[in-house]
Amino acid sequence: MPLNPPANFRVNGKACRYSGDARRSLLDFLRDDMGLYGTKKGCDHGQCGACTVIVDGSRVNSCLTLAVMQDGCEVTTIEGLGSPEALSVLQRAFVTHDGFQCGYCTPGQICSATAMIEELAQGWPSHVSADLNNPVPSDDELRERMSGNLCRCGAYPNILAAIRDAMEAAR
Amino acid sequence: MKFFDYARATELSEAIGEFAKPIAGGTNLLDLMKLEVETPSRLMDINHIGLNEISPHGDGLRIGALVRNADCAADLRVRRDYPLLARAILAGASPQLRNRATTGGNLCQRTRCTYFMRLGTRCNKREPGSGCDAIGGVNRDHAIFGATEHCIATYPGDMAVALAALDASVQIEGIDGSRQVSLRDFHRLPDGDPHLDNVLTGGEIITSVKLPAPVGGKQIYRKIRDRASYAFALVSVAAIVTLDQGRITRADLAFGGVAHKPWHDPAVGRALIGNEPSDQLFSEAADLLVNQAKGQGGNDFKIPLLRRSLIAVLREATGIGGNDVRNL
Amino acid sequence: MFGTYDIPDQRNLLDRTRQGLIGAPLERPESGLKVCGVAPYAAEHHPPNCAEGVLVTATIPQGRVIALHKDEVLAMPGVLGVFADKRMLRRPAQGTAGKAPVQDVRAVEYHGQPIALVVAETFEQATHAAKALRVEYEASATVPLDPEGLETEPGRKPVVLGDLDQAMAEAAHSVDLTFTTEGHASAAMEPHASVAEWQGDDLTLWGSFQMISHNVKELADSLRIAPRHVRIRSAYVGGGFGSKLGISHDAVAAAIAARELGRPVRVVLSRQQVFDTITRRSETGQRLRLALDAGGYLAGIGHEAWVSNLPDEPFAEPVTQATEFLYSGENRKLAVNLARISRVTSGSVRAPGEAVGMQVLEAAMDELAEKAGFDPIELRKRNLPSSQPGKDRPYSSRMLIEALDQGARAFGWQDRKPRPCMTREGEWWLGMGVASAARVNMLRPAAARVRLEPDGSLRVQSDQTDIGTGSYAILGQIAGEMLGVPIARVTVELGDSSLPSGAGSGGSFGASSTGSAVFRACEAIRDKLAHRLGVPIEALELRDGMAIASGREVAVIELLRGEAMEEIGRIKPGKTDKDYAQASYGAFFCEVAVNAFTAETRLRRMLGAFGFGRVLNARTARSQCLGGMVWGIGSALTEELGFDLRDGQMTNHDLAGYHVPCHADIPALEVILLEERDAPASPIQAKGVGELAICGAAAAVANAIYNACGVRMHDFPMTPARLLPKLPDPF
Repeated sequence: MPLNPPANFRVNGKACRYSGDARRSLLDFLRDDMGLYGTKKGCDHGQCGACTVIVDGSRVNSCLTLAVMQDGCEVTTIEGLGSPEALSVLQRAFVTHDGFQCGYCTPGQICSATAMIEELAQGWPSHVSADLNNPVPSDDELRERMSGNLCRCGAYPNILAAIRDAMEAAR
Repeated sequence: MKFFDYARATELSEAIGEFAKPIAGGTNLLDLMKLEVETPSRLMDINHIGLNEISPHGDGLRIGALVRNADCAADLRVRRDYPLLARAILAGASPQLRNRATTGGNLCQRTRCTYFMRLGTRCNKREPGSGCDAIGGVNRDHAIFGATEHCIATYPGDMAVALAALDASVQIEGIDGSRQVSLRDFHRLPDGDPHLDNVLTGGEIITSVKLPAPVGGKQIYRKIRDRASYAFALVSVAAIVTLDQGRITRADLAFGGVAHKPWHDPAVGRALIGNEPSDQLFSEAADLLVNQAKGQGGNDFKIPLLRRSLIAVLREATGIGGNDVRNL
Repeated sequence: MFGTYDIPDQRNLLDRTRQGLIGAPLERPESGLKVCGVAPYAAEHHPPNCAEGVLVTATIPQGRVIALHKDEVLAMPGVLGVFADKRMLRRPAQGTAGKAPVQDVRAVEYHGQPIALVVAETFEQATHAAKALRVEYEASATVPLDPEGLETEPGRKPVVLGDLDQAMAEAAHSVDLTFTTEGHASAAMEPHASVAEWQGDDLTLWGSFQMISHNVKELADSLRIAPRHVRIRSAYVGGGFGSKLGISHDAVAAAIAARELGRPVRVVLSRQQVFDTITRRSETGQRLRLALDAGGYLAGIGHEAWVSNLPDEPFAEPVTQATEFLYSGENRKLAVNLARISRVTSGSVRAPGEAVGMQVLEAAMDELAEKAGFDPIELRKRNLPSSQPGKDRPYSSRMLIEALDQGARAFGWQDRKPRPCMTREGEWWLGMGVASAARVNMLRPAAARVRLEPDGSLRVQSDQTDIGTGSYAILGQIAGEMLGVPIARVTVELGDSSLPSGAGSGGSFGASSTGSAVFRACEAIRDKLAHRLGVPIEALELRDGMAIASGREVAVIELLRGEAMEEIGRIKPGKTDKDYAQASYGAFFCEVAVNAFTAETRLRRMLGAFGFGRVLNARTARSQCLGGMVWGIGSALTEELGFDLRDGQMTNHDLAGYHVPCHADIPALEVILLEERDAPASPIQAKGVGELAICGAAAAVANAIYNACGVRMHDFPMTPARLLPKLPDPF
């Protein structure tokens, strides 16, 4: 088994390769090697959700996985969801509902919510689902499912409104 | 983080008997490596060796060690036949963490004791023989059962508490072959050697968790924490309760956040079986549970909290109390 | 002309302008950048060849560093330098200090204090090397770590009026209560970060700061260079809440290392270091005495607080600040007592003073109302003085009665049960609570440049920061409104010390202060335009790029004659600051559920009604109120710093241990904005809003908990551990 093999993966559809210091987190790789600073470092320990990205369709904390572990993966960051000229539905809804203040947790909230909506569509249950086999997207469901993303400005009610708006727009 | 070499295994045999530290989800290991509480010189990435399926096993289920927590909780069979397990997993961490964390890794999750996680303090778990700063320190998160003068840390996970109630077993592979350990015996009490969290020996790897045949009944996982989500348990209760003709016929209970392992006290369940549910019965069972509990000062509140949480769970499981609105 | 604000501007000019921007719930102009992750925060400026610095922090509470084994670390891969310069900061600066805070990292004053900086080529190399650095200390023998029982000094000028003891003795109803609140962390989502780059003798520092013009002075003084050599850029700040008011150790360390190494250096605090080294809100002990006469009027108020800070630090949590003006009661004793201990610096955390003072005062008022048999709203309303007790000055404006009344109606207060333990839903006790909100208002010196371009577009420039508060939106709205420019043609540039000095973000004064500077710059431009049009200024109307007066309508670009028109507006607090008691007011209503078995408390819903002068942007103002209420909920239920009293280390110095509220903790929140005009507060008749909605919120929760389950909680936060022993029989 070779030591320190490179990782070949894709970020926002673009092929990339990492073969440096194995200690580099996916988060630091995205920010400092790729210049994708939309993914934020809030705690570096999986305690805030600011670094949330979507890997192979799943939302994950990019601070708690290594760049070298992404071999074969498809990583989507906030930059891959939309641009100021072409906002995603959810990004647009965050603007409309003022779903942020300082903006630092925002990319993580949006990446997380993007994947969360998909999880709901697949019928995944949550801690607060009354019926594990038939979760209904109540406000409490959305809150619980977004609880891995802290917002110190306290934009939670507006974030919830934005997500609900985007979900309704998608229907 | 200390420098380490990284290797990527493609089959199980490459990961067994290695001195390298296996990494799966990494959500706890990398956290601790950043703190330099864990300092492996080599990491073995086991994410590509399979073991990521849930399959029938006898009358039960076999959950591969690399099944992600989120996938396990969402699995239709788990949801239908082992709702306790799904609920416990979903009570833990955050969706992002559950998407990475694995069945095996979660069982190996280390304590959240603040002294364990901070270099420069005395901790027998991190540095055997150094002492325990949690004793006499800030210990509101610590154990009320089975603690010793060497360590008062708790096992922080949720999933394992449900697995203890479900009487699951852990399949382990090592260079000398495979072995199976009851989940209730997988984690250990700190005794004099708290650096050992569980019974895994060097080079061994968890390959799967086996669930016995479904038992039905009312299954509840109740987790009490300082905020409504995304926090570790102060205490938690996993319960499987079956009623037949007004009497309790099964009461499998396990408790989290209270010991160095998921706490399982068979006497409590036994005290319930054969009886009609009542607040008095539940209070007596709860008293039996906390009879041997011992606080450390900061965590004394856990004793009444655990007691009352068990009563609440048993009431919910047996339909006592109800959920109606009453104007008093 | 320094623009001192001496006479209340009663013109309400912004009510007569016609662009329709003021108060409108416009989207933030920077929102597209923020939701796409392309708004650059401090650490995201990564100049070529930038090295990475990581701070080393102390593992003793007090003493001296006697040896740093630098050589071992310098031999490690990629390590470029180890710095423990005398100029490096032991403590961050307090807000508006304007000079270097305590320097020299060879002395240790608290556990976790910065003692060195390790710089390496990569972040990974630097973080490991910083951990590997062996440090030898000479530790102090006895270190004061617990404020309990220590001697104190006055932390604020006491207020002693009449004879409180006698008022208490003669009172028809009274309460004498002792409360505690635990320490709080700002915990802004963006950790403190600095990127320092020198060009010759000139330093550019990309940092995360709230008050740039002060920060320049603090940084320059720390480095012992002239302020003109320092430029700070903070265009986007990932939350501040007081924690970024003053210069911090990351900035000074980065600047020193960058100079020494001859290359840019970035220093980002780890989350743990943010907790360990950045200002905390002091824990408090508070004694509340309220004396009510037979007529239901307050005869006396006692509010004495005990707080802590490091030796010589000037800041003392001003706990009694709102008590000084909120309610009547001619016999008073208000005091803040300060103990000196070896814990990380205490300083401003969102709404210093009222955040914890109002929380306790309003809980005590609820107990008094119950004792005297008053509805808690009625008790408050009948005890609002007509002028500030002891100072005999009028209130600039006060919407407290409106907030209580409108809030009560909208919330359905009439459905509240008169006694505790009257509603049970399964395991849960349900109850409602109310509390007043009050927060002092401040106007701060500010300047802003407004430039009407020859093409009719508008630029607003100031070093004012936007820490999520809405400065980008609001300042553009004021300028566009005043000069009749559609918002799409307004550009706002902020957070760069090369621009005129705004008030900065702190004390809720940014919008009204810097907004007033923008307003005044615009007034000067309006004067010029009126002059060019040949009409009196009173007759001038500007709208959509047209100047309209006396039946004439001329395009503003014609009046500009191909040249830009630029003015710098300034404001400074003046007589109105002294002549009036100025504050923002409001009321909170909430409904809670308390688990009768487990003592978990869950908010069911919460409403706040707030009056803070003119609403400049209804969307961002509402967001500020929501944020404040979320903080109030955190203060009520989850937030507390823990310290090990044996060695002073913070035991929950991360976001897993320090529980800021998460999504699931926050129910539907409703906000009512009460429009008012407060001319003594500012020429735009606006007051501060950013902090108001915390001040008293936690008391509403405590009062609701009492109404639910009959437990009076005097120790915050009201965690299950604290509430459980007091709960009634659950069955």
